[in-house]
Amino acid sequence: MTATLSVTGLHTHFFTRAGVVKAVDGVDFDVAPGEVMGLVGESGSGKSITGFSIMGLIDEPGKIVSGSIRLKGEELVGASEEAMRALRGNRVAMIFQDPMMTLNPVLRVDTQMVEAIRAHEKVSKRDALARSRDALGMVGIPAPEERLRAYPHQLSGGMRQRVAIAIAFLNEPDLIIADEPTTALDVTIQSQIIHEAQSLCKRTGTALIWITHDLAVVAGIADRIAVMYAGRIVEAGGIDAVIDTPLHPYTVGLLGSVPTSNRRGERLTQIPGMPPNVLNLPEGCTFRERCPRATAECRHEPAITEPRAGQAVRCFHPHGGGA
Amino acid sequence: MNPILETRAVTKRFSKSLDFAAKLARRMGANVSEETVHAVDGVDLAVMPGEVVGLVGESGCGKSTLGRMVAGILPPTEGSVMFEGADIAAMDRAEARKAALEIQMIFQDPFASLNPRMRVDQIIGEAPLFHGIASRAELPDYVDDIMRRTGLDPSLKRRYPHQFSGGQRQRIGIARALAVKPRFLVCDEAIAALDVSIQAQVINLFVDLREELDLTYLFISHDLSVVEHISDRVVIMYLGRVVESAPIADIFDAPNHPYTVALLNEAPRLDQRRRAFEPVKGEIPSPLDPPTGCHFHPRCPHAHARCSAERPALREIAPGRLSACHLNDG
Repeated sequence: MTATLSVTGLHTHFFTRAGVVKAVDGVDFDVAPGEVMGLVGESGSGKSITGFSIMGLIDEPGKIVSGSIRLKGEELVGASEEAMRALRGNRVAMIFQDPMMTLNPVLRVDTQMVEAIRAHEKVSKRDALARSRDALGMVGIPAPEERLRAYPHQLSGGMRQRVAIAIAFLNEPDLIIADEPTTALDVTIQSQIIHEAQSLCKRTGTALIWITHDLAVVAGIADRIAVMYAGRIVEAGGIDAVIDTPLHPYTVGLLGSVPTSNRRGERLTQIPGMPPNVLNLPEGCTFRERCPRATAECRHEPAITEPRAGQAVRCFHPHGGGA
Repeated sequence: MNPILETRAVTKRFSKSLDFAAKLARRMGANVSEETVHAVDGVDLAVMPGEVVGLVGESGCGKSTLGRMVAGILPPTEGSVMFEGADIAAMDRAEARKAALEIQMIFQDPFASLNPRMRVDQIIGEAPLFHGIASRAELPDYVDDIMRRTGLDPSLKRRYPHQFSGGQRQRIGIARALAVKPRFLVCDEAIAALDVSIQAQVINLFVDLREELDLTYLFISHDLSVVEHISDRVVIMYLGRVVESAPIADIFDAPNHPYTVALLNEAPRLDQRRRAFEPVKGEIPSPLDPPTGCHFHPRCPHAHARCSAERPALREIAPGRLSACHLNDG
């Protein structure tokens, strides 16, 4: 089976007056059809910029410096703006944290949905409308007929996010990138949204990249997980492997920071210090200044190794590896 | 032991009075009326000295409004807030000021809650100087001590808030609250805006400070796993009312109220992988027009006729456990 999306050696840098921000600095991953990949990291780790790079949404002063992004074999880096426009909303779609990034506040929901369909396909308005209604029904919106005639401000936050998801799924894209889609929502609404996204991916075979800082959400939805730190993927693998037996000291620290029921009231293991300034990243391993296992060797760049089958890590001294 | 803080049937209503156009429209016979939000609807809460009470609920449930009333920022519409057995509203000025110092609040947004034009030592030192807790001569040492306690480097005290990261700013907010030697802290989503690894640092700080300074917390959060970690007792709110209150172990092992059950089922957890989410149906109703009877009945899988007619009372169902559900009546 060929991967839906294959990213290799992606470097996205921002050339600011203060210096070069290496927001994404060497990222590789594949996503298979129907697979849900969780892309996890803290703010500034480059997880969102990775998503924007795939969508071709990097603006000045940012630039994809090198690397390749292939969607079903087709190279997206360096593709013309015209080609990207034909792709966006059709074969790749994005769901943002704030649904108002997707929705136009002065247009009715039906206008926006019909537009999204007719931009990519020659169908009659009536057919497009029927498809929009079905899409709203699919994401669990009650009375889709009425909601179609509503303006975004007449809907609640959860409803708006559902509409945004329905629009993302409208043209049954190969790939959807969801950037913190449930972070602003309440727990009960969050679980409804996750439920819809999960079942839609299963049904349509759409690959999904779920970008979040919340490890617990990723544990609930993803098949595979990639952990980013300071522009690089430091660990990637199957969800069970990475969460149960993490290899990278950063992943270990991150998991220790999440309160769980079996350590009620105990001190959390905290990662000392703060994420590094992206303008001035340390040489070698970017985590070494906060890492309890760092040695002199860490001044050099660690290569990606696979101590366990299917679980890759970028570290000289991974946990459980005996080193 | 008497509670350090107690609210008795405390209620907060916000109403939007009619503007000129609306009044005119009403006079002409249009069906316009004042909109009233019952943000908090008759809540009884008691917090024992040294206890950490987690206040959990989704947006619009009134948890922040309740926290603000406890901290004395908002006056209650009805009911009373008691500090050490005395009604704060009935106190004379000196007593009320003392109570106000004893209860401090820590806010969610470390970017909005610090004055950007004041240096850190001014932010932390202003209140203790004003209230005579530290004299002008003692102040620098006093500020240094509090900064060290909250994990800040005192050599940075002449900087401005924008020169700090989010986690450090939250520490400044905590230092500011601690500077007046409070005994009770209201933490309103105090770690929600921070990154995971920084969250852990601040949670640990709260745990340490509680032991060092013998503090009592009202810890308001939407994040169940954080509340489970830090609290002794949890109070769950839904649309302005308390639906369940219980010691931490009881509520997570055997929740009683259907809303608590739903909330616990749906909170994502690390140990549940690729699970099928089975969400509770429906949305949170508007607090402008809450459902009759039990507020949760339109979404409740066990609702019956009585639930839409009669408001269930918050009753003791086991020692130390309260729940407001008709199902407990058999």
